[in-house]
Amino acid sequence: MDEKLEKEKFDVAVIGAGPSGLSAAITLKKTGIQRVVILEREAVAGGIPRHCGHPPFGIREFKRVLTGPKYAKKLVEEAQNVGVIIKLKTTVTMLGVGGELTLTSPEGGEKLSAKRVLLATGIRETPCSTRMVSGSRPLGIITTGALQSMVYLKNRIPFRRPIIVGTEIVSYSALLTCHKAGIQPVSILEERPRPIVRWPIYKLGSWLGVPLLLQTNLVKILGKERVEAAEVSDGSSQTRKIVCDGVLFTGQYTPESSLARISHLEFDPKTNSPEVDEFGRCSDPAYYASGNMVQPPREEAKVPIYYTAENLPNPVDNAGQCWGQGRTTAINIVKDLAGKLPSISVQSRGLNETRSH
Amino acid sequence: MSNSLKTKSTKKVDNRKCSLLGDTDVAIIGGGVVGCAVARRLSLAGISVGLLEKASDILDGASKGNSAILHTGFDAPEGSLELECVRNGYREYLKIRKSLNLPLLKTGALIAAWTPDEEERLPEILEKARNNGIEDLRLLSSPEILVMEPEMSEKIRAAIAVPNEFVIDPWSAPLAYLTQAVANGGQVFFSTEVKGGEFFGDHWMLQTNCGSIKAKHVINCAGLFGDLVDAVVLGQSEFTIKPRKGQFVVFDKSAGSLVRSIVFPVPTERTKGIVIFPTIFGNLAVGPTAEDQESRKDASVDKEVLQHLHAQAVSIVPALANIPVTATYAGIRPATEKKEYCIVEDTKRNWITIGGIRSTGLTAALGLAQYVHKLLEKQGAKFKNLHRPVVPIVPNIAEHLPRDWQSFGYGEIVCHCEMVTQREICEALTSQVPAGNFGGLKRRTRAGMGRCQGFYCLARLAELTEGRFPESLNIGASNG
Repeated sequence: MDEKLEKEKFDVAVIGAGPSGLSAAITLKKTGIQRVVILEREAVAGGIPRHCGHPPFGIREFKRVLTGPKYAKKLVEEAQNVGVIIKLKTTVTMLGVGGELTLTSPEGGEKLSAKRVLLATGIRETPCSTRMVSGSRPLGIITTGALQSMVYLKNRIPFRRPIIVGTEIVSYSALLTCHKAGIQPVSILEERPRPIVRWPIYKLGSWLGVPLLLQTNLVKILGKERVEAAEVSDGSSQTRKIVCDGVLFTGQYTPESSLARISHLEFDPKTNSPEVDEFGRCSDPAYYASGNMVQPPREEAKVPIYYTAENLPNPVDNAGQCWGQGRTTAINIVKDLAGKLPSISVQSRGLNETRSH
Repeated sequence: MSNSLKTKSTKKVDNRKCSLLGDTDVAIIGGGVVGCAVARRLSLAGISVGLLEKASDILDGASKGNSAILHTGFDAPEGSLELECVRNGYREYLKIRKSLNLPLLKTGALIAAWTPDEEERLPEILEKARNNGIEDLRLLSSPEILVMEPEMSEKIRAAIAVPNEFVIDPWSAPLAYLTQAVANGGQVFFSTEVKGGEFFGDHWMLQTNCGSIKAKHVINCAGLFGDLVDAVVLGQSEFTIKPRKGQFVVFDKSAGSLVRSIVFPVPTERTKGIVIFPTIFGNLAVGPTAEDQESRKDASVDKEVLQHLHAQAVSIVPALANIPVTATYAGIRPATEKKEYCIVEDTKRNWITIGGIRSTGLTAALGLAQYVHKLLEKQGAKFKNLHRPVVPIVPNIAEHLPRDWQSFGYGEIVCHCEMVTQREICEALTSQVPAGNFGGLKRRTRAGMGRCQGFYCLARLAELTEGRFPESLNIGASNG
């Protein structure tokens, strides 16, 4: 790392090869931007859809109904066909001022400089620890993302009779994954009086024989080596035990934005995302952000049509929406590179309250 | 639910080492930090040791969850064995750490006074420290503290700086001790629980679930179960373990730069109190609570307690309000009815019990090992120090030192949050003291310990560890 690092130069570097990053890179190339690279830390490009083994993906992009893996593959192929360079197993370790990136890959450390950088690092679920759930931490406590990559990428299951925590759209995606993998969840827990998803989505539970327990809290996880039971409460003084061998935490999305958080970019700790202007541009105008890693301030968040409006967790955009945002941001970057974007910064939005006391 | 798995796992463990129970000079019961340090010391002194651990990996009990501080002993009871062992352990750690590749984060500590009462008690802490031989403490005023630690709440009234309290890695240190013992001929028997024993005038025959082991001397380092082991083998115990749980909250790495020092409260009679400390992995953590409980095994966390800890941390460092929590954990300290360590020696039967080693155990372990060495000499054990002992190094996982991902050919980064490479995971699975369960792998490498808690890496980890552990991450094939 310490030796002189070879520095590669690009017009645009995109961080993250999910729907948003891929779509942005494709759009950039198609609009005539020469040197476009995607930096992807995983060994395979495609992002989260790679392990969402169910439809519907691709309606907007390809006018077809595809499963997640097929959709991801198609997007990656398109990017390669138009000449996007995709560097796999490449982790960006530092965002430098003006688009200077520090990277690492199995071949060693590297510097890369780009006129513009697009952050498209996506989103992930909130795990058990961050939710500060009581109890022990045996094997079998996982998130949907972990379950789906285990089932769809490795053909393995972590449990047979878990409880599912949450009723977001992803909770039902998790339910379908369970069903497909031969896992029979014991119940779905929702602390609210109504499920977050609308009818008829939440009926999926009863169709698959999984009861939905409303106004029910997960109080404690029990078990030594593996999960043995979950203690739940419906608000009365009595708690009860549900025997299960896993706890599947779904949703409560939070941007995978740690790179931005530790960087020089203005960052909103409330939404966990870098602050952006209406063009998707960050406080350092060499940086843009797109897709799920950008969360609008809560009061401006749009309610997805499949959600009821009350007490909403962070809404997550589906692959198609991220793909659309990637394209829009790419068009802004093209205009910017041509000198056709007004030079306003995020400060003008008055969001610029960083930590100070 | 997993009966079939359990049978399978026992078999696997049998293959590890249990079948070859043997004949050693010293049997050490318990693979916590004390047992590991004793094993190292005695191996280097040229006698054969066999360490018996009932779990499938080291550090399964009290040593699993602590605050990772290398204590100077400034507040240890004056003239106590605890003070002696902490001081000796501290010195030896600093002496050997470079050769074993063990990290040290030179944080220093502050003992922070938030009320007039606490402020009044600072001089007595200074005096006690002086009596304990630690002279470099100094009193700081509120403005001086805020220059050192600008993110600390302005409500701070005064503090004592303890420049030489440091942070270490609570996992790799004991691992290095035991690895050195093994590299110099020591043996380790995992999943081996002592069920009884008999003394035959010059040697012991210890009965375990895997067979018996012959040893001239026995050192009981069984931590939370120390009194029970004494009771089952000797027929009685001179102390009773009173388990005391401590819960912790770990903040995201972005909090790592907010506070540079360990921040102690002014201690009470019973406990050192709730501490904010940088971790060697670049996080900031708060804890432990001190909750007396019956169970010696139940290291579960409690949401309300965690929220209380969180609030307390925010009141000391307000900027923590904006930082996500990465992890929560609990540890159980083997407190006893006595304040001092409980070292019980049965010279007629060549038996030593090291009991009641509470929060200072991580620092004191090497000092306790020196002490055990001396006691054994008095019991007539014959030592011949190794001329050129093997000095193995353990992999570095401390954040402030070069990590594996910064050197060529690491394969791939498996855990992105903690930047853990495939090479590190393979090494942890095949080293001289390999990971015996998933928890052990996590603590050896940090894989899955970061902010996403396995969202991205669990599937890959399941694949890399398949068939390795008694309990696997995956329990079978998917139908899909």
